[in-house]
Amino acid sequence: MDTKHEEFQPSRLHTIISSATDRLASSVFILPTVLALLFLSIFPLIASLYVSLAKFDIAPGGFKFTFVGLKNYKELFTGSEGTHFLGKFAPSTPLTWIVFGVVVIALAVFLARYLLNGKVSMGGLMGRIFLTLGLGLLSWMLVHTLWNGGRLGTASTTLVYVFVGIFFQYILGLGLALLTVQNLPGRRFFRVIFLLPMMITPVGVAYMFRMLTDTSKGPFTPIWQALGLIDFSWVNNAWGARTAILIGDVWQWTPFMFIVLVAALESQPTEPIEAATVDGANSWQIFQHITWPAILPVSMTLILIRLIEAFKIVDLPNVMTNGGPGTATQSLTYHAYINWRALDLGASGAVAYMLLFLVTFFSMIFVNLIRQRTVEAL
Amino acid sequence: MNSKNMLFKILSLMIVFGILLTACGAPATPAPTEAPAITEAPAATDAPAATEAPAGKIYDGVTIDILTFVGPQVAEPLQRRGPDFTELTGATVNIITVPNSELYQKVLTDAVSGTNAYDGYLFAPAWVVDFAPAGLIEDLTPYVEADAALEWDDVAPFFRDFNSYGGKVYSIPLDGDMHMVYYRIDSLEEAGLEPPKTWDDYLAVAKALHGKDLNGDGEGDYGSCISKAPGQQAYWWIWSIAAPYIQSQGTSQGPFFNTTDMTPLVNNDAFKRALEVYKETGLYGPPDETNQGVGDSRGLFLQGRCALTMDWGDIGPLAIDPANSKVIDKTGAISNPGSTEVLDWETGKLVPCDATTCPYAVDGVNHAPFASFGGWAGAVNAAVDQKEKDAAYAFFSYMAQPAQSNADVVVGATGYNPFRISQFENLQPWIDAGFSQVAAEQYLNGIKESFDSPNMAADLRIPKNHEYIQVELDRILAEYIAGNLTTDEAAQQLYDAWEAITEEAGREQQLDFYKGTLGQ
Repeated sequence: MDTKHEEFQPSRLHTIISSATDRLASSVFILPTVLALLFLSIFPLIASLYVSLAKFDIAPGGFKFTFVGLKNYKELFTGSEGTHFLGKFAPSTPLTWIVFGVVVIALAVFLARYLLNGKVSMGGLMGRIFLTLGLGLLSWMLVHTLWNGGRLGTASTTLVYVFVGIFFQYILGLGLALLTVQNLPGRRFFRVIFLLPMMITPVGVAYMFRMLTDTSKGPFTPIWQALGLIDFSWVNNAWGARTAILIGDVWQWTPFMFIVLVAALESQPTEPIEAATVDGANSWQIFQHITWPAILPVSMTLILIRLIEAFKIVDLPNVMTNGGPGTATQSLTYHAYINWRALDLGASGAVAYMLLFLVTFFSMIFVNLIRQRTVEAL
Repeated sequence: MNSKNMLFKILSLMIVFGILLTACGAPATPAPTEAPAITEAPAATDAPAATEAPAGKIYDGVTIDILTFVGPQVAEPLQRRGPDFTELTGATVNIITVPNSELYQKVLTDAVSGTNAYDGYLFAPAWVVDFAPAGLIEDLTPYVEADAALEWDDVAPFFRDFNSYGGKVYSIPLDGDMHMVYYRIDSLEEAGLEPPKTWDDYLAVAKALHGKDLNGDGEGDYGSCISKAPGQQAYWWIWSIAAPYIQSQGTSQGPFFNTTDMTPLVNNDAFKRALEVYKETGLYGPPDETNQGVGDSRGLFLQGRCALTMDWGDIGPLAIDPANSKVIDKTGAISNPGSTEVLDWETGKLVPCDATTCPYAVDGVNHAPFASFGGWAGAVNAAVDQKEKDAAYAFFSYMAQPAQSNADVVVGATGYNPFRISQFENLQPWIDAGFSQVAAEQYLNGIKESFDSPNMAADLRIPKNHEYIQVELDRILAEYIAGNLTTDEAAQQLYDAWEAITEEAGREQQLDFYKGTLGQ
């Protein structure tokens, strides 16, 4: 036994004080951070929840909030804000039922496969039921508002911005990244050029695209004229306006995908590629079996970040189209902003909470997907 | 753990507790005391006159922050004259601008949250009815009464009244607003057309000239330019069209609500006809008119691309500016067109004009020129220090005094239109600014005719007017113009939305306010 060690044998009191200070220290040291987090994050969340359950009014000397329960949420789903939020539902047609039926069957198969795989847990089952119901309801909304006289609300318009936008941003970002990791002349120059859109303020991008899509005064007027589109306006048509906004959004955010994917592509080991080349694999086979699995974890994280960010789109529809024609290009954030601007803070809070719910819902789905795919890829 | 380590932890804990105690303890500086109650009106000398500069600089060291909407119009004169005011009084003037659609909310959140970042607001005088009862803006009556240089009696009675609430003055007008229709004299003459007397005439003229080359550039131009972008100022145009269909018995009748029960006058044949007219003007306008603000349609008219437009008084002075206008001496101005049919308030149907249904008709046409918006006016934050209140009032007074105002209203870029009696009577400043005698007479007569009309329609000025007009009407109008709502659906939705606001605010209270603003 080490005698030196024995000399420092602590007394019982010393041990009690020591362990108490240990416990206290860890709590006290973490306390400021916890308080800061509570103040900056949890408190606003709770405060805005209360705002979403209340009505704001001017009162002598200031303002007052009156608790109204779920009235603001009820307005969003069944009241005067219903069409604005959920859209105008067209009557069901055979096509609507077919599309919805396909979605329901796909969701049922998904649930059945889980139940039959023998590894069922209560949490997993609840999560999947929640997911199935959520996707089912969203599908119902989309099939009834996308065509046949239906009209998208701000919820479905936001989903269009998010999923269509991210799809093109990823495809283009990946394409550009694959191009610039080749040994092509001027690739360094183009890497910088491709990054520029991301560095421009979104309002600047929005004004630029507003000018570009102006068929009568914009810089492309001669082109529009040549195409016979001089009396055409992107913003007179709901899908034209949404397309214009999507183009601006894709232009701005593709560089984000691009720069991260360039880093991912350049950091993958070269040995497997060299070995595959020696074995006679073509470019597509190398991409499919080596590059794609290597960049998949990064891609998933990248898409998750963009997914969360894309739900908050507001600058482009605000500047490019003022949310019009009608409310066709309004996103959920823009919807909340309009209510806030109108001092209907309760309705604004309710929209913001629905946005939070949607972002959380899709993020959870995606995080689970990442976990599975990443495990499979590794 | 050894003793040294434990000692270190105990000391660290004491430091953290010490910091927390300090942070949670009493503030180092005492809390500000409440501002003393103002029991006396400020002395007359507190309101400096531009022409009678006070001895010394009474506002040395005072900085006033004024909130208004994004320029260049409206904010520009404030920014330009700020340094002159500083020279005169010592007060530094900061002009802060926000988009028009955010102004109401900015003013309100600043005041009700107690932030009080702004000492004065240049806003819509119709909002006074929201801010004054809540005590958020200062009663300016004592200031006005003590301020000879303001020449309050020279302000046209309509604007004096529009800037008051409960018999007290709450805002100082810097601008007078009235919608008018402007037309291309040369284009109409060439086509053998008369300036429109009714809204049906307006559509006919617009249709006849749409697609014609109006500015000689070889390209087809537009019959009508009326901005229709949501969140901007589209909600006012519809009332210029609707007013002559709805109001025929004089200004005190009002075009917005039934004065017996406060039901909205929007779900009837008259308002539906106005909606149809408004939408049809888009057929003869630029392709992206649904996304155009008033600046866009104004610019198109000045570039010679529109045969007709509706606007406030701004186009008159802008049209004579050679730097920006291609329609110098080609611009005619008339009071808003009217209608040969008016609303029967009992049945909700349109009936032909006769001596009973249209007592103020001219040649069988009922006109109800719309005093839209009421003009930009300055109000003072009631919660700021007395010195800042005085300086803010003094600045608005300075801007509104004839020496400054007479020069500003003749310049289109200011966005200020005439609001003083003398500005309508004295043609010389207009001629000096570049108007021809004929153009000045025609322009001023167009406005004056509207103000003098016994059937002039005043803008809505009851609590929650922002919600009625700039929220619900704006949203429904945008949906209607986009083709998402039929005329009947739009009228019904607007009726329901307005009814909901009225119910929430209190029907009796709203009715009393409304009748009060109509002088009933």
